[in-house]
Amino acid sequence: MTANSLPQDFAVPRQRSRLFDTVRRHPTIVLGMLIMLLLAAVAIFAPYLGTSDPMKLNPVFRLRPPSERWWFGTDHLGRDLYSRVLYGSRISLQVGLAVAVVASVIGTAIGLLAGFVRWIDAVVMRIMDGLMAVPGILLAIALMALTKASVQTVIIAIVVPEVPRIVRLVRSVVLSLREQPFVEAAEATGTRFHRILIRHILPSAVAPLIVQATYVCASAMILEAILSFLGAGTPSSIPSWGNIMAEGRQFVTVAFWILGFPGLFLTLTVLAVNLLGDGLRDMFDPRMRRRL
Amino acid sequence: MAAPLLEVRDLVKHFTISGGLPLRKGRTVRAVDGISLQLAAGETLGLVGESGCGKSTAGKCILRLLEPTSGAVLVNGDDISTLGRGALRKYRRAMQVIFQDPYSSLNPHMVAGDIVAEPMLNYGIGDAASRRARATELFDRVGLRAEQMAKYPHEFSGGQRQRLGIARALALNPDLIVCDEPVSALDVSVQAQIINLLIDLQQEGNLSYLFIAHDLAVVRHISHRVAVMYLGKIVEMAPTAALFRRPQHPYTEALLAAVPVPQPKRKRRRALIAGDVPSAVRPPAGCRFHTRCPHAEDRCRVEEPVLRELSPGHFAACHLRTG
Repeated sequence: MTANSLPQDFAVPRQRSRLFDTVRRHPTIVLGMLIMLLLAAVAIFAPYLGTSDPMKLNPVFRLRPPSERWWFGTDHLGRDLYSRVLYGSRISLQVGLAVAVVASVIGTAIGLLAGFVRWIDAVVMRIMDGLMAVPGILLAIALMALTKASVQTVIIAIVVPEVPRIVRLVRSVVLSLREQPFVEAAEATGTRFHRILIRHILPSAVAPLIVQATYVCASAMILEAILSFLGAGTPSSIPSWGNIMAEGRQFVTVAFWILGFPGLFLTLTVLAVNLLGDGLRDMFDPRMRRRL
Repeated sequence: MAAPLLEVRDLVKHFTISGGLPLRKGRTVRAVDGISLQLAAGETLGLVGESGCGKSTAGKCILRLLEPTSGAVLVNGDDISTLGRGALRKYRRAMQVIFQDPYSSLNPHMVAGDIVAEPMLNYGIGDAASRRARATELFDRVGLRAEQMAKYPHEFSGGQRQRLGIARALALNPDLIVCDEPVSALDVSVQAQIINLLIDLQQEGNLSYLFIAHDLAVVRHISHRVAVMYLGKIVEMAPTAALFRRPQHPYTEALLAAVPVPQPKRKRRRALIAGDVPSAVRPPAGCRFHTRCPHAEDRCRVEEPVLRELSPGHFAACHLRTG
């Protein structure tokens, strides 16, 4: 090989595709994203994926194992598990996404205030410490006990224990940025308080916030399933992975698939969200990178 | 005589140590312990001292980026040290700041043009087009190219970043710029460029600089007058030429003797002082410099010297010197 051919050697992989480059450098993001997109597609197009009515009882065919007719088998009331699991993904994704967004918005607002205003910091952070001291699931059960079961109340009940994680993160970002010379410079040039927040503080908080939001999303999905499993979550009239597993629990010895399939989907979903979060964290902060 | 552009009277800034070990709690660090100075329009006052002597803290208190513990800061005769946020904004236009670290003093998420235009946006000066025109003008003035306005700070070199910082400080046509060690993070060759730019800018407009630095060569080059700080106090203040020719305070003498001379064969005087700066939590009684002063007498350990005018315009705080 002559020295002249070297530049081409460097140029070729570049030209091949940017996509390829991204995949190679951040495999976890791509993998997580792929699984998430697949699940989202499944949730959205559930009615067109060979499903039947997930609520339809068919007592004649109770507890049937997976077969050509019932891909995932049937439950103790003869309902098609494949349809129920696919429709159940709607609940999980809905709750995960909603909790991540709502908790991020509320947590960011509180965190910004706590980071800038001393007395609010003292009060708010003690409340957050208190919230974090109680296991999230207990708090959510207690909150669910106060209201009637619906998807919205489940979301609210999960948002409350998740908010402190966001608050602590945003607050710590604010505290470290507040002393940065560029923030002092903004103050010296007469930048108003809200503009400092929006233009100088928030942009630096976005990257860690997105990462944290994916973890909150994963945690919310698990919490929803646990709540439903315990009968304190999504009403049993709506199929959710937690509900399906709760109902299948007593039949696990004769019909493992009732527990197995929603469990598998939940595991896969949470894994995908976590992979995505890990990958994003590595992308935003290369120092934290670990080999997969 | 008209009121000076900037007058600082008995400025004090104490930091209280909170948290940590219970025994240390509640102690105060006397970062700035009663300094007074004046700055006329178009003048440069150099503020020098070792690191930790309070010179940067003093600069930030003057800009009200830190709240002074006591004392007054007068801008054109108006005391700004007790103004509220809103009222203070009006005065911020008149005084700007250039920071030491050209990397952390620019928001990494904003493009250069926006960084320079932001001060104008803050005060609602002009519309987007005129602000852009002014930013272009400022870029040109500090030696940057207009097409660089779309670049992010990390795409600039250290010297270019400092030029950006200067352009930002100039955006509001201030009367005073506090330069907080503006060149100490730069290469020597770039230092000279930036210093000369600052001098040019001063000669064009009627700018005043409070020039905080520890590099005496730089200070000598740019300042009309120099104030020397030690442990939160000003120990000597004089016109630049007088201070460098006839330093009156032993600390100033020691500082000058420590300046490297670019002639390797010339014999240098031995270091005049030894040891470290005492803690600002418990400054020594009497003259704060007596623990390191080669000439200290009994009186220095008990009685604190005041700043006295030894010759016209030349102030020093030392018992041993008489006018």
